[in-house]
Amino acid sequence: MLKRLQIDDKYGRYGYFFIFPFFVAMLLFTAYPLVYSIYLSFTKWDGSTIAPAFIGIDNFKHLVKDHFFWDSILNTFKIWLFAVTPQMIFAIILAVVLNDKKLKGKGIFRAVYFFPALVTAVSIAGLFFQLFAWQGGTVNNLLISLGISTTDSATNFFGSIFWTRFLCSFLLWWLWFGYSMIIFMAGIKAIPEELYEAGDVDGAGWWKKFRYITLPSLRPTILYNIVTSIIGGLAIFDVPYMLTSGTGAPDYSAQTISMYLYSQTFQANNYGYGASIGVGLCILTTIFVIIAFKFINRDVSID
Amino acid sequence: MANEAVKIKTNRQVSLNRGKNFSSSRIFLYVGLIVLALICFIPFYMMLINATHSSYDIGAKINLLPSDQLIANYKVIMKNTPRYWYGFQNSVIISVFGTLLSAYFGSLAAYGFAKYKFRGKNILFWAVMATMMIPPQLGIIGFYQLMNAMHLISNPLALILPMAANANLVFFVRGYIEGAISNSLIESARMDGCGEFKIFNRIVLPLITPSIATMSIFTFITSWNNFFTPLVIMQREDRYTVPIMTYMVNGFYRDQFGAVYTSLAISVVPIMIVFIFASKYIIGGLTAGAVKG
Repeated sequence: MLKRLQIDDKYGRYGYFFIFPFFVAMLLFTAYPLVYSIYLSFTKWDGSTIAPAFIGIDNFKHLVKDHFFWDSILNTFKIWLFAVTPQMIFAIILAVVLNDKKLKGKGIFRAVYFFPALVTAVSIAGLFFQLFAWQGGTVNNLLISLGISTTDSATNFFGSIFWTRFLCSFLLWWLWFGYSMIIFMAGIKAIPEELYEAGDVDGAGWWKKFRYITLPSLRPTILYNIVTSIIGGLAIFDVPYMLTSGTGAPDYSAQTISMYLYSQTFQANNYGYGASIGVGLCILTTIFVIIAFKFINRDVSID
Repeated sequence: MANEAVKIKTNRQVSLNRGKNFSSSRIFLYVGLIVLALICFIPFYMMLINATHSSYDIGAKINLLPSDQLIANYKVIMKNTPRYWYGFQNSVIISVFGTLLSAYFGSLAAYGFAKYKFRGKNILFWAVMATMMIPPQLGIIGFYQLMNAMHLISNPLALILPMAANANLVFFVRGYIEGAISNSLIESARMDGCGEFKIFNRIVLPLITPSIATMSIFTFITSWNNFFTPLVIMQREDRYTVPIMTYMVNGFYRDQFGAVYTSLAISVVPIMIVFIFASKYIIGGLTAGAVKG
């Protein structure tokens, strides 16, 4: 097996030459900054020329008592959960529906649903910021012209905690459900046709086939989609930053972990403390990924 | 043959079942799909329409048809943000050179992992995969300090050079090389006295171009859309990228609705045009990569 895949051993050392440039870039631009950030999380530093002062775990002691940090985790989690749940449900249903060979125009549907994933998130958030603006926003104009609200009672979407978070979640769903759908479609294509034929022979309806063939076979794809959405979702920055003009307003209710990291580090010049927020984010992401693995990879009992 | 017959039979049964409730469930399905497509499409439509209207029109009513204020809106952008097109220039430079760098270094590494046997290979490959799991936010402070030490703050190189380490591309192209490049091809080139790097550059690289091109579309788009790292690194206005320009324009003149919509449209239309021509290719590339994963 190995012999078929790989060439004679005496050429093996050339492999190092081929991967060398990549690893130089990886060590310098990915690994080193990560390690250095972790080091900084144990220091107090304002980013000036005076060297960082080592202060042990003081940053973390402060961090666990910092309600802005816990609030940012909670905000991130709420925004993420209300985006990822509909995202996965829509994606999996659409993937099943659009794999139907008899459906007309599925190429167009697929393309239209997927397109938002390619567009600059900042531009889309900017667009929604304008559409949902308080005075003169298109959505409020529509509500007024439909008689649902009046000029005086127009909703100040970005002055409301509920609507700000809702629009963050909605936007993230809107951006990504088509992408997840494409991944699920690829997963469904890889399921052997024979399984469905066997299901037909046994007289299984579409729900039984979906529940006992499609879903279990898609488990690796579901895991992939969930894990990527955890890694990306807990680090969300662009959409809430743009929708709240970088402030996390109203009342810091849409300040995510990444936004708190950014403001502490690059606006308040607390480099050490900002780095400890980054470590917190890293730990949180790892915990979530482990939970996802445990939860999805557990054996599904077929009753 | 027997299998074939069964397949045809079941297919017919399925279509008979479908035929029965075509009227209700099918129509319901299409309505749902079309409503969802409209939800995806309407924001873009409103963006394009509003870009052609005056700020007063946008603030006062709902516009469903284009108007003639596009040029006027554009002039407002130019007057308030004379360096607007620098954003495009910078984004093009960063995305083009970064994508080229990631394509070449990435496929070198992919070839090394696919076709050579060396000590520590598996561990090194897992290390590459692990970097795919790290969001850029985690190492940003160390990265900023590194760029500071290298005097690369506000320099496009700070965003181009790191793209040399693109783990996604290595993973995808490595799989493609294992399937598309036979060992006998490499061996016969060696017999002819061809050096290892010459084999890669002259023989392997042309053969794996399709997979590199597919991945490079995503590299390019990811780089083009990137907001967080450029926001930290690019601190001079003439070095801003398109997303930062878009953010600035949105914040600077909020009552100039028309100009803001025009700037949003300018930032989105290039991607729309690319997608209209290459959507099948882009989606096909994504599914091919996903199946491998």
